[in-house]
Amino acid sequence: MSEVRVGVFVCHCGTNIGGFLDVPGLAKYALSLPHVVFSQDNLYTCSEAGLTEIKNAIAKKKLNRVVVASCTPRTHEPLFRSTCKEAGLNPYLFQFVNIRDQCSWVHMQDRERATEKAKALIRMGVARAVLLRPLEETEVEVNPCALVIGGGIAGMTSALSLANLDFEVKLVEKENRLGGTLNSLYKLYPTHEEASKLVQSKTEEIEKNSKIEVLTSSEVKEVKGFIGNYDVTVRQGEKERLFKVGVIIVATGAETLKPAGMYGYDGETVITQMELERMLKEGKFDADTVVMIQCVGARNEKRVYCSKVCCPTALKNAMLIKEANPDAQVFVLYRDMVTHGTKYEDYYGKARETGITFIKYSPERQPVVENGSVRVYDELLDEELSLPYDLVVLSTPMVAHNDSADLAQKLKVPVDEYGFFLEAHVKLRPVDFATDGIYMCGCAHWPANVGESVSQAYGAASRASIPLSVGHVKTEPLIAVVDEDECSGCGLCELTCPFKAIRIEETEKGRKAKVIAASCKGCGACGAGCPEKAITMQHFTDKQLLAQVIPLAEVIS
Amino acid sequence: MILQESFEPDILGFLCNWCSYAGADLAGVSRFQYPPNLRIIRVMCSARVDPTIVLEAFIRGLDGVMVLGCHPGDCHYMTGNYYTERRIKTTKKVLKSVELSPERLLVDWVSASEGERFATLVTDFIGRVRKLGPLGNEIDLEPQQLKTRLTAAKEAFAQQRIRWLVGRERELVEDKNVFGDKVSQEEFDQLMLQTVEKEFAKRRILLSMGGDSFSVREIAQTVGASPKEVLRNIVSLERDGLVSVVGIEGNSPKYRKTGGR
Repeated sequence: MSEVRVGVFVCHCGTNIGGFLDVPGLAKYALSLPHVVFSQDNLYTCSEAGLTEIKNAIAKKKLNRVVVASCTPRTHEPLFRSTCKEAGLNPYLFQFVNIRDQCSWVHMQDRERATEKAKALIRMGVARAVLLRPLEETEVEVNPCALVIGGGIAGMTSALSLANLDFEVKLVEKENRLGGTLNSLYKLYPTHEEASKLVQSKTEEIEKNSKIEVLTSSEVKEVKGFIGNYDVTVRQGEKERLFKVGVIIVATGAETLKPAGMYGYDGETVITQMELERMLKEGKFDADTVVMIQCVGARNEKRVYCSKVCCPTALKNAMLIKEANPDAQVFVLYRDMVTHGTKYEDYYGKARETGITFIKYSPERQPVVENGSVRVYDELLDEELSLPYDLVVLSTPMVAHNDSADLAQKLKVPVDEYGFFLEAHVKLRPVDFATDGIYMCGCAHWPANVGESVSQAYGAASRASIPLSVGHVKTEPLIAVVDEDECSGCGLCELTCPFKAIRIEETEKGRKAKVIAASCKGCGACGAGCPEKAITMQHFTDKQLLAQVIPLAEVIS
Repeated sequence: MILQESFEPDILGFLCNWCSYAGADLAGVSRFQYPPNLRIIRVMCSARVDPTIVLEAFIRGLDGVMVLGCHPGDCHYMTGNYYTERRIKTTKKVLKSVELSPERLLVDWVSASEGERFATLVTDFIGRVRKLGPLGNEIDLEPQQLKTRLTAAKEAFAQQRIRWLVGRERELVEDKNVFGDKVSQEEFDQLMLQTVEKEFAKRRILLSMGGDSFSVREIAQTVGASPKEVLRNIVSLERDGLVSVVGIEGNSPKYRKTGGR
């Protein structure tokens, strides 16, 4: 192997680092380290000028390792990696040292010790850089077909979007017809159009589209593989069908909480908003005094979150009651009316105009349903009221399906503490999972109304269409590599891997672990537990980690 | 040993890319100050942290090690932090066998949004290690002896028995073993503790032997254990093919290391 030549670039980051550490001193120190042939300090290493200096130094000083001591790899590693690549250096020969977020910004009062620490960090970075090896990304073909799980409004919308881009779609719905939650709803806020009409038009559109195959009364039984190449088994009654798909969209929706044991819920005179919808839809509603209670089983210790669709739903149903029976008295007992944005605040105003009475209660003094009346302490009046009722309607939050964790496990994606599917990043990747090739939309993710579900469905379809259109995906080379001579074929790695990316196979040398490169996410859990230490994590090898284990005393002596 | 008043502990932290490293960055962005005793090594997942690497850090003289991951249930790799917890918990057990304070090793969870918590966690840990003093302050041992003990601990964690048991804990405790039995958590913890103590003792014996041959009594004297215990471990080492009888002196067989791992 040719001589290792490291270049170190120490960034002032304006005064963010330069104001608190001796940056020129750090650059000088770096030059004293083994294999370092070049070092300099830059005002902003990430500026066009700074990047040009890196490229020039790679060429002129024949650098084959680049170390930048500046901010955090979480924001700037891609930039410096691509700079190295432009200069003809393999991007995995780049090493980041964080002397800002984890040094100058957190030790602002102690220049001397902070500079000492920065020296140690640079030394650690250089030690690792020396041991870095060039790595190549690999390309995998993408099967031009999508699996959409869930045939509610979100699933139907994303299926149509992808089919309109000419991709095959398998749409799996567990009920015997499409529509999901919309099938239980009467009219939709804020426009009061009928849910059934929306379902009907979407269903017709799907039936007409030859690219979509609908599988009703079906459930996903097993998912194997990785982005571009998923093998999906769908159970439809007694039959099982196998599909090969490139991407998966999770649109399984949510359900509303059944308020068993709360406020005397009996499904007859104390009912849920969903049950009220059915009554209204079937024309069976018959009551003169209705008391609605908001936040039933929500925003409490067990379920901290606000389901956010229940307030507009209560407003809608209250208005529909007033429409059907203008003499009816409707009370809405609420904690906070959540009617965000211009549309829903306006909608709330409209509801007030129709003569619906709103009473604010506090969670410390919950309303009590007893003997035909609701006792409530009105916070604003500072007075306890007793409201006789014909019907009590409980607004319960949306909760995740019981089997969402099950499906999550099959897909190897995470759910949050409430069982809702968890996105890769709340702002930057809101419809992606951390697992490549799997996306989500609608209430599977979080309580959403129809409009929001549709937007997310477009988003998920659009995200999913990227690998489908490109036709191939690149996979990061941060993966596990098995040394077959050391591997005993014990299978502990197969048991440990959360992504089923490593499995035992019969080879000429006997039972050996094999890594499925495209599935491996590079966490390293298998290697750190391997009884034979036969697994190496590329880019995070034992040697590369141990090289960084340097006592401070060695740095400052 | 006497505690130096000016003692500043030297601490390494292994932080996962997705949560705890991001939390450390947020502490920076928010300018939450903490003492400069911690240096961070980034790993993609805390589950990458092999106990042998942690023990190597102590061998090299670090005073404390932090391993921080995502909160349970939030792991970017689903179940990585589960393994981290089990592995580090077990590593703390061997520190106890070494007679070092297990408090020198910390496993905890920090999310990407917990910058302030990160700073507090680090400050507290540095404070605790500062109180403990330099590595080895809690035992009366020469630095070289401590190093040998830690090396024995590291070697115990490099071999199959402990790694197997740690790796299968979940399956054994939550599912069942091949005979259809479920092991209770207490039973498992007891088994784990025994295994760690035994493997550590065995590695200490091996390290004490060098290239020469010894009787059980001689070994017992060197490692400071009862002859009965040493005999049990020697028999086990013999079964593993790591020592063999090379002769008999009086009534006592003499043992010598035989390559192996």
